Amino acid sequence: MAMNRIVSSSSSISNLHLLRSLSQPLLRRPFSSHADDDKTILTVETSVPFTGHRCEPPSRSIETTPKELLSFFKDMALMRRMEIAADSLYKAKLIRGFCHLYDGQEAVSVGMEAAITKKDCIITAYRDHCIYLGRGGTLVEAFAELMGRKGGCSKGKGGSMHFYKKDSGFYGGHGIVGAQIPLGVGLAFAQKYSKDNTVTFALYGDGAANQGQLFEALNIAALWDLPAILVCENNHYGMGTAEWRAAKSPAYYKRGDYVPGLKVDGMDALAVKQACKFAKEHALKNGPIILEMDTYRYHGHSMSDPGSTYRTRDEITGVRQERDPLERIRKLVLSHDLATAAELKDIEKIFRKQVDDAIAEAKESPMPDPPELFTNVYVKGFGVEAYGPDRKEVRSILP
Amino acid sequence: MLGILRQKVGCGGFPASILGHSLQRIQPAVSMLPRRFSSTGKEMTVRDALNSALDEEMSANPKVFLMGEEVGEYQGAYKISKGLLEKYGPERVLDTPITEAGFTGIGVGAAYYGLRPVVEFMTFNFSMQAIDHIINSAAKSNYMSSGQISVPIVFRGPNGAAAGVGAQHSQCYAAWYASCPGLKVLTPYSSEDARGLLKAAIRDPDPVIFLENELLYGESFPVSAEALDSSFCVPIGKAKIEREGKHVTITAFSKMVGYALQAAEILSKEGISAEVINLRSIRPLDRNTINASVRKTNRLVTVEEGFPQHGVGAEICASVVEESFGYLDAPVERIAGADVPMPYAANLERMAVPQVEDIVRAAKRACYRAVPMAATA
Repeated sequence: MAMNRIVSSSSSISNLHLLRSLSQPLLRRPFSSHADDDKTILTVETSVPFTGHRCEPPSRSIETTPKELLSFFKDMALMRRMEIAADSLYKAKLIRGFCHLYDGQEAVSVGMEAAITKKDCIITAYRDHCIYLGRGGTLVEAFAELMGRKGGCSKGKGGSMHFYKKDSGFYGGHGIVGAQIPLGVGLAFAQKYSKDNTVTFALYGDGAANQGQLFEALNIAALWDLPAILVCENNHYGMGTAEWRAAKSPAYYKRGDYVPGLKVDGMDALAVKQACKFAKEHALKNGPIILEMDTYRYHGHSMSDPGSTYRTRDEITGVRQERDPLERIRKLVLSHDLATAAELKDIEKIFRKQVDDAIAEAKESPMPDPPELFTNVYVKGFGVEAYGPDRKEVRSILP
Repeated sequence: MLGILRQKVGCGGFPASILGHSLQRIQPAVSMLPRRFSSTGKEMTVRDALNSALDEEMSANPKVFLMGEEVGEYQGAYKISKGLLEKYGPERVLDTPITEAGFTGIGVGAAYYGLRPVVEFMTFNFSMQAIDHIINSAAKSNYMSSGQISVPIVFRGPNGAAAGVGAQHSQCYAAWYASCPGLKVLTPYSSEDARGLLKAAIRDPDPVIFLENELLYGESFPVSAEALDSSFCVPIGKAKIEREGKHVTITAFSKMVGYALQAAEILSKEGISAEVINLRSIRPLDRNTINASVRKTNRLVTVEEGFPQHGVGAEICASVVEESFGYLDAPVERIAGADVPMPYAANLERMAVPQVEDIVRAAKRACYRAVPMAATA
């Protein structure tokens, strides 16, 4: 990914290398070579096994490479930084309306990307900033969109919940809880129709897991053998409602009934990668499958929700200490000697600066021009008139 | 009795539908009649027009596919998709379970990816189960994504009142869908309308709501040679002047066009020359044609089958008042369905939908020919 290249070619890293080599055994390989090493196979065991429903779960032993582990770290660190910066921007009133943050759940996006290609499709609900980044979106486009500027990925007309990147198979970004699931099954239908041999991951939360349209879409996906993978990002709270208060059966991976399911530790990027790889193979041969990612969000449901009225602060700090996805990968990187703690801290510092620079650049982007109010209503507008609030004052021709 | 079901060519060379409301009760018999050819050319039922349009568009573009309840093996609930499963196979003609929200969302998702779905609702009453996908997933996507995600989908099916189907199966959705930016709403009347507009809808890159009418499916209309060509399209957003006139403009769409033409015939015998406009397109609404007509006749009667409040007639009236106020010689008259859920009893049902005499009366009022109403206390 673009983020990797930026870090490994940075001159500050090679300076650090020089400093470090003076203080540590000369036998140690430089950090930058680990970042490119995709040949050495490292085998890692997930801390929690997979649980299968109507399927044989994949192995707990997952193969990875130094390059992959370091890229996981970098990608998650960047996502984490982006979401925290968005929090500040919202409080500074530069982001308006809705802002649903993903910090804590980064492993789902990063692990999924490692298992699939950009020809596979992802569709999600409104907690989409990191998914967008994972699909290849840039920081500047993300921040500009959040601030409603021209340089945004939807040119400022969508907002936080409506990020898209069709050329990388990212279909949004949807505000209506549960709607993205039939849409995702539709994408899978089109992939099968076009014989593309690709799959669609339709992400939804534990709140959406009880939606009727999920079961309608799943029924059709199973009947027609569509390559659709339904991914429940179970962060255990649907807005302020805990899962046990909303679902008679919170075993979401089993809710597909006749559709196989897999329960995955969603805070473990490697487990997510393994599960998504397994799911893709399954979906291409046998039709739909449900993945339940056991994950957690540190922020409240959105920026209007402190997130502490329905859960204890102890619970939140507990997850941060025991299960944080970024820390997990950090430990793995350190234990396999792929980088030092200082190097990883420096990466995070660099990303902090990258995020700050992106925000500055996004702030420079102007707001959309007034005529943009009337563009993209249709692809083909037939030269018809559209009106503003005072139709005698503001009219436009739709091209 | 059966002999007069054939389309007659009225005065002025425009076809006048002579199927009165009582004849609609024997709808089943109409569909069993063999196609009649008038001496001036070919005739085609609306059903065959729609079927041929679907067939040709599916043949021309492999990305077009049809899905809905009973569209495949049953040959279509109203036989509109007859023969298509056999011709195109189960991958392109898909029978869905009775899950509108699910299959409509799937259709929209397929359109996101670049396919061209035609989603059939058995009647538009059931579209309410899927209306979130029509509005939030389809209509608004191109705007929210600033042009990245376009949705080339057609939602079609019968709309409005049928015969004796009761309150939950008789609503007209033209006004609701037409109020939403991002959608296009088409309402064919004749077979040429049906063919040309459906082909245009399928080729259109935006979401189109295609409102058919069950009682029109069996009606035959003459079709020109041009209309039978596989490239024939009727332009979206253009109304058609079905009958030219001088004294009063009558706008209508779908089945009401037939009623308006009958009313025009009756009015002409009393010296009132009515101009009948077949709207064809509710969104975009052809305001130019409507206003040009009102500037000529100075009087307007709007006719629709749906509920009156916030209806299509209200929008047309507002448009004319805004654009052509100085040209109006009389207040705008609105004829619409009664402001009640559709009753079942035949006499009440008759009172709940506009009849030809309602249109005649309103036109006369607009022309100040009716007996003035007594002043109320």
